[in-house]
Amino acid sequence: MKIRVKFAKRGTMKFVGHLDLMRYFQKAIKRAGIDIAYSAGFSPHQILSFAAPLGLGCVSEGEYLDMEINSESSSEEIRTALQNAMVEEMEILSVRVLPDKAKNAMALVAGADYEITLRQGYELPDGWQGRFLDFCNQSEIVVLKKTKKSEKEVNIRPLIYRAAQTKDGIFVQLASGSAKNLKPELVMESFYHFLGLEFIPLAVEVKRLEMYGNIGSEEEINLVALEEFGEKFEK
Amino acid sequence: MRKLALSDEILLSVDKPARYIGNEVNMVKKDVQAVDIRFAMCFPDVYEIGMSHLGIQILYDMFNQWEDVYCERVYSPWIDLDKIMREQSIPLFTMESQDAVKDFDFLGITIQYEMCYTNILQILDLSQMPLLAKERGEEFPIVIGGGPCVYNPEPIADFFDLFYIGEGEISYRKLLDVYKENKNAGGSKKDFLRKAAGIEGIYVPAFYEVTYKEDGRIAAFTPVEEGIPATVKKTPVLSMSDTYYPTKPLVPYIKATQDRVVLEVQRGCIRGCRFCQAGMIYRPTRERSLEFLKEHAKAMLESTGYEEISLTSLSSSDYSQLEGIVNFLIEEYNGKGINISLPSLRIDAFSLDVMSKVQDIKKSSLTFAPEAGSQRLRNVINKGLTKEDIFWGAALAFHGGWNRVKLYFMLGLPTETKEDMEGIALLSDEIARLYYDEIPKEQRKGRVQITASSSFFVPKPFTPFQWVPMCTKEEFLQRAYLVNDKFHEMLNRKSLKYNWHEADVTVLEGLLARGDRRVGGAILSAYQKGCLYDSWSESFQNDLWMEALEENHISLEFYNTRTRELDEILPWDFIDIGVTKEFLIREWKNAQEEKVTPNCRQRCSGCGANVFGGGICYEN
Repeated sequence: MKIRVKFAKRGTMKFVGHLDLMRYFQKAIKRAGIDIAYSAGFSPHQILSFAAPLGLGCVSEGEYLDMEINSESSSEEIRTALQNAMVEEMEILSVRVLPDKAKNAMALVAGADYEITLRQGYELPDGWQGRFLDFCNQSEIVVLKKTKKSEKEVNIRPLIYRAAQTKDGIFVQLASGSAKNLKPELVMESFYHFLGLEFIPLAVEVKRLEMYGNIGSEEEINLVALEEFGEKFEK
Repeated sequence: MRKLALSDEILLSVDKPARYIGNEVNMVKKDVQAVDIRFAMCFPDVYEIGMSHLGIQILYDMFNQWEDVYCERVYSPWIDLDKIMREQSIPLFTMESQDAVKDFDFLGITIQYEMCYTNILQILDLSQMPLLAKERGEEFPIVIGGGPCVYNPEPIADFFDLFYIGEGEISYRKLLDVYKENKNAGGSKKDFLRKAAGIEGIYVPAFYEVTYKEDGRIAAFTPVEEGIPATVKKTPVLSMSDTYYPTKPLVPYIKATQDRVVLEVQRGCIRGCRFCQAGMIYRPTRERSLEFLKEHAKAMLESTGYEEISLTSLSSSDYSQLEGIVNFLIEEYNGKGINISLPSLRIDAFSLDVMSKVQDIKKSSLTFAPEAGSQRLRNVINKGLTKEDIFWGAALAFHGGWNRVKLYFMLGLPTETKEDMEGIALLSDEIARLYYDEIPKEQRKGRVQITASSSFFVPKPFTPFQWVPMCTKEEFLQRAYLVNDKFHEMLNRKSLKYNWHEADVTVLEGLLARGDRRVGGAILSAYQKGCLYDSWSESFQNDLWMEALEENHISLEFYNTRTRELDEILPWDFIDIGVTKEFLIREWKNAQEEKVTPNCRQRCSGCGANVFGGGICYEN
């Protein structure tokens, strides 16, 4: 059966990159004794996929991976077994079973929540969060998106779904995934330019809070947390 | 958040920050206030290399089983971080507690190859400790060196308080107990070192004096104090199946060079190749039991989650239970998401059968190490492999579907002639011809690919070749060009590839391998000029090394290309490895007479290693 695991990546684990985290989970699943399914072929690999890579230096309370397991078990059993195989600063938050025909998290992800704060020593003058809301309230936010091949101007305003002020920083909900994607760092870069400042990538600390799939339409999005696509299960 | 020694700003500005954060799976956590001894264990190279080293995994596990000790790890910061740490004067730290190394009781450095010597100085320097042992006061950790290079510790003697000569499983407990006793009794560092010098395998260089003759050779090597032993005897493990071996090895996040479970099946080698230092210093050959290996394989796979396991030893084909352990691994794990990676085995029906089960034949290649191009020279070096062995194995493999062959050779061996060198090309060509003769056209999957590589021979201490002259850089390269030219004349040249190692780094390796205490000054100068990571071709700076040698009056003629007399006092003569000098001299004479010496299983040749009272010497 297909299961979806939600986990947190905290503290110093932000220095472990996406590829290394994938390798970490491959081993953790084996240590946990989970009966994961393998692909066929001469060098079989685990049927395991991650929702979306998290940038090096970012922490998260809402990461997801999907895997296929062979034997029946319960959400709680798998959660406990995986948690026992974790290192400090990694936590397994939930385990859900998915309907057989469910899309995997990677294909499903359409939006993500982030909390953005400024690193100590890189603070902006008081009231910057209000300025950020002003920035988001513009009808159009044009940025220069650089790819390997070309540079083009893109309006990122439609990809910012929500913005709010938090105690220490700001909250944003952004488009995420293969169709439309906006990185929080790019938003902040544009915001710094809006303030007439040069962007310092190190100034920004990003925490991903949640990832969503879209059950609405292209025009009228309706985001649902990825874990809600599955159900808790017992033996 | 776990405490880290480095700020986010630094970690996000260097390559692979996961090298510096610790917190790996199976990392040992202890309350630093609750232990008596803090031991920093260092591999003086970058994290991915250091984490691949089995010896540290064994000692890390052993030390941390002891409640009064907390053993933590240190690696060389890569060049990018090295620069930042110097600029901001950040002291070098351990992975576990992230505390400064300079506040530990011990800094133990494993020394696996000569070209890491400048990295040792980097470790001391970044730790903010004086580089010379005599300048380090009571407040600094005791600096210990261990590993194969300390079988001639003299070139680096000035930088260390003591060396541990032998296998770490034996004397460390005693050493730590002596340390604790001395500390509790209010003794000084010197008091401790004096007591340590009496422990088996421990060498304290400060208690020995070397005097030299006018021509530069050693006149005498003597203890300077009453009660300090004149010779230091290595400490081998004799009960290989009742000793320390990790069941929960550390698992790095970033891909290490050795990214798998490693099973050491035996220590030592029965072969007695005359160029090979490991084959002498690890005598006698000692096997682990099949049961021990099975239990550890299972435990380590479960505790790490690794998807690959490999066997290791100097010559796994000689392990008497090889079929047993390989068959066990295949039955237990093949097809269950765990790859079995084989060490280079002697090619025979068994190994080919096993290889066809666990590897993709299309992607794998056969490896032979004839080491020399002619039978004459193979007899000189006592490499048992004959042309018939290679042909028989290669033919078997070609019929089994393999069409890629790797051949390893050495150039610059004692007595080597033009015919021996050309033999490298001729042998390679004959193997290619064998493929075309054996395999009918319609069954061939493309051309056979033969890749021959030459390394350059470095005479090492404690081998029958320890007295012989070494080639100069120019001589090495001339020999490589000669072989390369011969390859171009070969009929099957389109199926052949030939490459060779770098010659200048080999020359320095030779100097550091057989140097004496006077070489230490040149190492220090080279480091101060900016030499670091010398084993990495991209950072090796030969010109700076050459300047350092010149300024310190170190002559390559004296250390490398000179023939040493058999009665000369060699810098490492004070070390007793069990194998006697008489045996090495006998073997040197056999080499000159092109006489092969049987291996330890065929017949005892009386090397002297039986003094330890164990291993193959007492089998049968």
